[in-house]
Amino acid sequence: MNRPFDFQTLKPIVVAASAVSPELKFGDYLGAIKVRWGIGRDNYRVAPGLYKIRNPNNESDVFISANYKLSFDALRKNLGGMNAWILVIDTKGVNVWCAAGKGTFATNNLVKSIKENSLELVVKHRRIIVPQLAATGVEAHKVKEQSGFAVTFGPVRACDIRQFIEAGYKASPEMRKMVFPMRERAKLIPVDVMYRKYQLLLVLVVIFFFSGLDKTGFLFAKMVETGLFPLLNAVGAYLAGIVLAPLFLSWVPFRAFALKGAFWAVVTTVVLNLLVPVSLIEGVGLGLINLSIASFMTMNFTGSSTYTSLSGVQKEMKVAIPFQIAFAAIGFILFISSKLV
Amino acid sequence: MQYFKNVSTLKLNAELCKGCKMCITVCPHAVFEMVDKKARIVDVDDCMECGACALNCQYGAITVKTGVGCAAAIINGILNNTEPSCDCSPSEVKCC
Repeated sequence: MNRPFDFQTLKPIVVAASAVSPELKFGDYLGAIKVRWGIGRDNYRVAPGLYKIRNPNNESDVFISANYKLSFDALRKNLGGMNAWILVIDTKGVNVWCAAGKGTFATNNLVKSIKENSLELVVKHRRIIVPQLAATGVEAHKVKEQSGFAVTFGPVRACDIRQFIEAGYKASPEMRKMVFPMRERAKLIPVDVMYRKYQLLLVLVVIFFFSGLDKTGFLFAKMVETGLFPLLNAVGAYLAGIVLAPLFLSWVPFRAFALKGAFWAVVTTVVLNLLVPVSLIEGVGLGLINLSIASFMTMNFTGSSTYTSLSGVQKEMKVAIPFQIAFAAIGFILFISSKLV
Repeated sequence: MQYFKNVSTLKLNAELCKGCKMCITVCPHAVFEMVDKKARIVDVDDCMECGACALNCQYGAITVKTGVGCAAAIINGILNNTEPSCDCSPSEVKCC
């Protein structure tokens, strides 16, 4: 009696659900690495709809997932050994938390998906397990009202699902908490490194060009000869801001991300100037540009972090952006002056 | 990890609270606790204004100005003259 029934007609109904393995394959891991670098990230999706893990019946649990493949993979790999349904809703290829914030992993979309997939005919019970991070978009009591299904919010991390079920569908306080350890931060860094690559390229081209300035005009040889150090500074500051600062996020005591980035800009500038001595005026000029680049980049990491608020980031930006603009402008003027003396 | 002090717009009206504990369930930063069958804010500075608690409080006891704590989103908002919006959507890369 474990086949789903249509309770009105009492005839077994065919459930259109694709079978999916709880085991990830090499291609899944490769895809994950690529998408972490932003390659094909816009189209890393699974088709929305109902999926089954092993042989679920009409009493098996139903897990709700986003149609971003990383989200879906994280879920299915933690359902190994279980018989379960996964209902993938269309979040436009965006992960659970972001989609909830953007309003695609939301009450109406979830209810629509439940109805479209006739979930009420697939299972006898009226419970669905929704990832906790979807609570930003999913209004549990409204889902119940509109679909008949009661929402149980699962743990934040899919890897806690087994324990969550064993504890009687209860998440411990630790399972409810979003943490942001270095490992997790490291995973997010590549996409952020790639995020402003064109702006970086533009800055590099401009800096390289101005390296050739001379009081006699423009010297190509001077550009090639002295241009490398400023380029190294700019790339160094960019990476300091978006790799070092996020990686060691909790090590630098300032709360403002811009200041965390500024700290690493100072470190980078000092190290580079020790390696390659240049005139004081050029060193200071490049240092100011570094401060501007690194603090701006780290400020951008607020979007990847798991604990910054809109009010907080607005407060930070109001102070930081004028400084960043001023530092960049003064730094650039000093840099050009150093070329003309 | 904690962001700035005294910036979160989270407010809890204990009089409206019915003690359903939903806020405790959905909050990813353990901002709430139960005291005498009512929710209470432990440390408002832990709040990231994600809005999960306010949305899931069916008694309307919680208010918070929600949004993404993301500099790129705020810049996008200023450039496009809209609310702060992260371009998680297909056409662009950055996500909150």
